[in-house]
Amino acid sequence: MTDPILEVRDLDMHFPIGGGFFGKPTDIVRAVDDISFDVMRGETFGIVGESGSGKTTLGRCIMQILKPTDGSIKFKAKDKAPIELVGGEKDKLRGIWRDIRMVFQDPQSSLNPRLRVIELVGQCLRKSEGLSGQALADRVGNLLEQVGLRREFLLRYPNAFSGGQRQRLGIARALATQPELIVADEAVSALDVSIQAQTLNLLQDLQEEFDLTYVFIAHDLAVVEHVCDRIAVMYLGQVVELSTTEELFADPKHPYTRALLEAVPIPDPRARRGKRAPVAISDGSASKTGCRFASRCPHATALCQQSAPPRKVINGADVLCHFAGEV
Amino acid sequence: MTKVDTNPVDAPALLGPWQLMWRKFRRHRIAYFSLWLVGLIYFMALTGGFLAPQDPDETNRRGIFAPPQGIHFFAADETGETRFQLHAKSLVMQIDQSTMRRSYEPHEDKIVPLGFFVKGYEYKLFGFIPSTRHFFGPVDPDHKVNFLGADRLGRDILSRIVLGTQVSMSIGLVGVIVSLLIGVSLGGLSGYYGGWIDTLIQRLIEFIRSIPTIPLWMGLAAAIPLGWPPLRTYFVVTLIVSMIGWTGLAREVRGKFLSLRNEDFIIAARLDGLTDWEVIWKHMVPSFSSHIIASLTLAVPLMILAETSLSFLGIGLQPPIISWGTLLKEAQNIRTIIEAPWLLIAPGSMIVIAVLALNFLGDGLRDAADPNAH
Repeated sequence: MTDPILEVRDLDMHFPIGGGFFGKPTDIVRAVDDISFDVMRGETFGIVGESGSGKTTLGRCIMQILKPTDGSIKFKAKDKAPIELVGGEKDKLRGIWRDIRMVFQDPQSSLNPRLRVIELVGQCLRKSEGLSGQALADRVGNLLEQVGLRREFLLRYPNAFSGGQRQRLGIARALATQPELIVADEAVSALDVSIQAQTLNLLQDLQEEFDLTYVFIAHDLAVVEHVCDRIAVMYLGQVVELSTTEELFADPKHPYTRALLEAVPIPDPRARRGKRAPVAISDGSASKTGCRFASRCPHATALCQQSAPPRKVINGADVLCHFAGEV
Repeated sequence: MTKVDTNPVDAPALLGPWQLMWRKFRRHRIAYFSLWLVGLIYFMALTGGFLAPQDPDETNRRGIFAPPQGIHFFAADETGETRFQLHAKSLVMQIDQSTMRRSYEPHEDKIVPLGFFVKGYEYKLFGFIPSTRHFFGPVDPDHKVNFLGADRLGRDILSRIVLGTQVSMSIGLVGVIVSLLIGVSLGGLSGYYGGWIDTLIQRLIEFIRSIPTIPLWMGLAAAIPLGWPPLRTYFVVTLIVSMIGWTGLAREVRGKFLSLRNEDFIIAARLDGLTDWEVIWKHMVPSFSSHIIASLTLAVPLMILAETSLSFLGIGLQPPIISWGTLLKEAQNIRTIIEAPWLLIAPGSMIVIAVLALNFLGDGLRDAADPNAH
């Protein structure tokens, strides 16, 4: 558990706004700003945050779909030397993409509607192991059974499946190359609650069976609490709090985490919470110099507006707040 | 594509995207009918001389501006008995000496027996099989029948339309293929690489589109030397009409590339370890090929019309090449239209039918290719 499989250090992903053929970019969006964390082998690492907080961008940087502006991501496969992912050549990345796989949010759009299941799930095997014909059909058939689908589905097209089944196809596809790390970007967000539970249980069973590590990106705290060992809370490109699931839910230290937890609906009409601290609606802007959450924070002071908060460690939790542990 | 046959499990009766598209297309009645019509027109172009009752280049002094002749079914034989016999009534020409105008009267007793698979002038079936058989025409090869009338040299209009179909329809097809090649490669480059290549190609397209079409064509066509052989003129005219056609296609392909590049299933394919080339040909091209086919179908009638207008203006194809455009050119003055309206009506309606059928076909294909239209 203590052996890191992924080390992310000072990762930046900045997008220029405006600017075209003539003219310079007018501004920069810091979608991922100076993020560092480790993912341990065998754990489920959750990344949560509201829309636009940069969690999907972070996931795509880990996969090297987006080329990070700066920083380093080291991946340590079992029995192999650590590999630096940032700045990797295409050929090198193709090798890494066998060990790190991705499950996409939308099972509808991540499966090419023009290919049959055998090709969708099996094309990575065709490429990486040169399988074809009966051998490929056998392997894909086994994969389908592992994710709870029937072997007979091999020749179907994706349009013949329900949303939950499609997501299982996505999982089967991710499993095909026997990866060590799976980045699940909102893997259950597009599904019904009942199907969500099934899919999550499937992911957990597969984790035990194949000794997988997950980076689990989600916005639903209930889901994250259910599956994750450690959680990073993101706000406007920064990790504002990173701690174990128990600690985070028992004692949230950052005002934003607290606001998030309070926003989780209780499925009981009679249950009432105490009065919450008012949290302003996001206007999308962030203080350039001070704490990014200052404009919405109920506890913000002049200090928060002026200087960026330091990273504090309280009870094993990394918190990015001037008054962490005090408010 | 997949190793279907090696799988012991029966292929479930599930339809792929192409089958679904075909199913949807079948429900579009007019488009389905147009498909048959277009097929028929191309069949006509392919068989050529087989369907033409007479040699399209053969002049006939006694049939100048001869009106269309009808087909009659029953005729009296030698014994005076009425029998079934396909025939046309032969025409007798009279010249009004004061106005020098010709008029034709059908001769009730002199009939021209007609039949299927008759012998006639020699031609090459599909362009390489020598044959003298014709689908329909006078039984005696020396007889002349003009089902759609004759022109100022007494040449048979029907035969000329049939032969003109070859040129006009193939110009549409070849022009579209040229547009396809230029459009897809330039549009693909533009959309895949982006950056300054994209800017350059897009500005070029905007420039070409901003030039008024007819003067541009006229300028290009005027550059063709008159002494060139007809075949070379034909190819140059094809290139000219496809000059404009590729721009729209290039834009469409570029847009598709741009939108597909960030599509999840394309990213997923890249993560599966496929090379850029494999991603483009296995995932990107198939997902917009149906749209391309539809827009190509819609581009064919534009090409046909372009050729027709160029030839009508006298700057496209020149006689002796027979095309619908050069046929229409025969009907350029009022006197001809009054005296021999079939010179305008026959090729004109052929163009209208072909263009309408191709348009309906293209519309049907486009609707069928669009997964959001139901």
